[in-house]
Amino acid sequence: MEETMTQSPAAPATVAGFARALKTEEMVISMGPQHPSTHGVLRLELVVDGEVVVDVIPHIGYLHRCFEKHCEHMTNYQQVIPYADRMDYVAAMSNEFGFVVAAEKLLKITVPERVEYIRVIMAEFSRIVSHLIAIGTYGMDIGAFTPFLYCMRDRERVLDIFEETCGARLLYNYMWVGGLSHDVRPNFAEKVKDFCRYFRPKIKELNDLLSYNKIFIKRTANVGVLPAAVALNYAVSGPVLRGSGVQWDLRKNDPYSVYPKLDFEIPVGKGLKGTVGDCWDRYMVRVHEMEQSVNIIEQAVDKLPSGDIAAAIPKRIRPDAGDIYVRTETPKGELGYYIVADGTASPFRVKVKSPCFVNLSALPAMSRGAMIADIVAILGSIDIVLGEVDR
Amino acid sequence: MTAQNISDMLRARFGDAVTGGKLEGVPDPWITVAPLRLREVCTLLRDDPAAAFDVLMCLSGMDYGGGKLGVVYHIDSTTQRHKIVLKADVTAADPRVASVESVWKTANWHEREAFDLFGIVFEGHPDLRRILMPDDWEGFPLRKDYRVPEFYNGMKVPY
Repeated sequence: MEETMTQSPAAPATVAGFARALKTEEMVISMGPQHPSTHGVLRLELVVDGEVVVDVIPHIGYLHRCFEKHCEHMTNYQQVIPYADRMDYVAAMSNEFGFVVAAEKLLKITVPERVEYIRVIMAEFSRIVSHLIAIGTYGMDIGAFTPFLYCMRDRERVLDIFEETCGARLLYNYMWVGGLSHDVRPNFAEKVKDFCRYFRPKIKELNDLLSYNKIFIKRTANVGVLPAAVALNYAVSGPVLRGSGVQWDLRKNDPYSVYPKLDFEIPVGKGLKGTVGDCWDRYMVRVHEMEQSVNIIEQAVDKLPSGDIAAAIPKRIRPDAGDIYVRTETPKGELGYYIVADGTASPFRVKVKSPCFVNLSALPAMSRGAMIADIVAILGSIDIVLGEVDR
Repeated sequence: MTAQNISDMLRARFGDAVTGGKLEGVPDPWITVAPLRLREVCTLLRDDPAAAFDVLMCLSGMDYGGGKLGVVYHIDSTTQRHKIVLKADVTAADPRVASVESVWKTANWHEREAFDLFGIVFEGHPDLRRILMPDDWEGFPLRKDYRVPEFYNGMKVPY
């Protein structure tokens, strides 16, 4: 025994010394493309040192279907809208909204107030739907199965309203350049108010069930912290940016449609359970945004003017040559359309600045130094939809 | 700052790096910048306290047809509340643009996308490889003269 000890020349005398002398090497683990917590087909290449994540390299493109190329081949601007639906397919109304606002600015037409109000109601409904999915699946990622079912139950109610209005539950093709495909049903206001009355207590229920759950907080607070300066440098937007404490919402900061006439607040992350910009903050911004959306919907329904929703739909869409960048606040963040028109009936170029694409690019900045299990929590808190990341 | 102020500031500092632009009569005024001097121009626009462009909203590759390519930068200041568009024009024969990845980290993926779909080469980018298309894809799909290949790894492409 004594002999072997003297034989090893660099025998460390302390615990830290033993740890240093252990042979460690970094390992690469592939997470995805078919991993339930990647919310679609996303592959993450994790470089790990034991349980600690040294780097994350996202590999995207599995759902790339040439949205921008398709747009150039459309014979009409109106034909782009069903494709725009399929980008962020859990909040299709918001995608349409951005595109029609951009096309209308390019055409220099104004649409009737009634159309604008209905669009805002639909966009806010789609924010609620999208956040319900984000929250429900986030709970499931972390191990809480029940909230997902509650969220899906409430989401159905909104989808019923969509279905009654335009016949579709997921991909609507509802907002057209200059107007809408259908006017709302006569009992629309009543239905919407019913929903608002129903939904407010459900948010509190969700908070009791998930938001202030001790295990949930332990898994999300102080995890994946994104400081405000880094967030801006990565140009992340939506709840991810506001979770870092930056009060930036295009509905207020670069207003479009009738948002200036509506009264609402911008919730930001305050670091109540941990650090500003952690996963819990990003999650909680979404919960508060649903409350604000309900407020907006109630105001908009009360103010809903009468009018002809098809009055401003142009017979021929042929914008003058020129380019425009229009950004709107979707549930995921800043969705930008850069449209270049060349004077013909089809767009010369459509570039989509997808909020999920940009938010996902900040994933490595949030994840370095985290544990492997935290990657699931961090990725869920960004709330990506791969249909929009890959376009 | 107005678009005119920003253009004047850049001309005073960089002289011939500013090659033109359109500052009035369009929804988004733009300034044309020499492609290989973009990094220094953008660094100034970010760091100058009066300009303070802290966010790169969008970076778009462009093919104007006839072998003319370009990159369009939409930048925004969350503190000063102004926006400007920068355009850089290159040719398909020499598609080199200075990378602004070191100025705004968000440019990393946007530039990879422009490289992937248009074949624009961003000099100084730390990791310039395809992002949406498969790594072994040939050609740049969003170019106007792009022809869809008949086969990809033995699989028929047109459907």
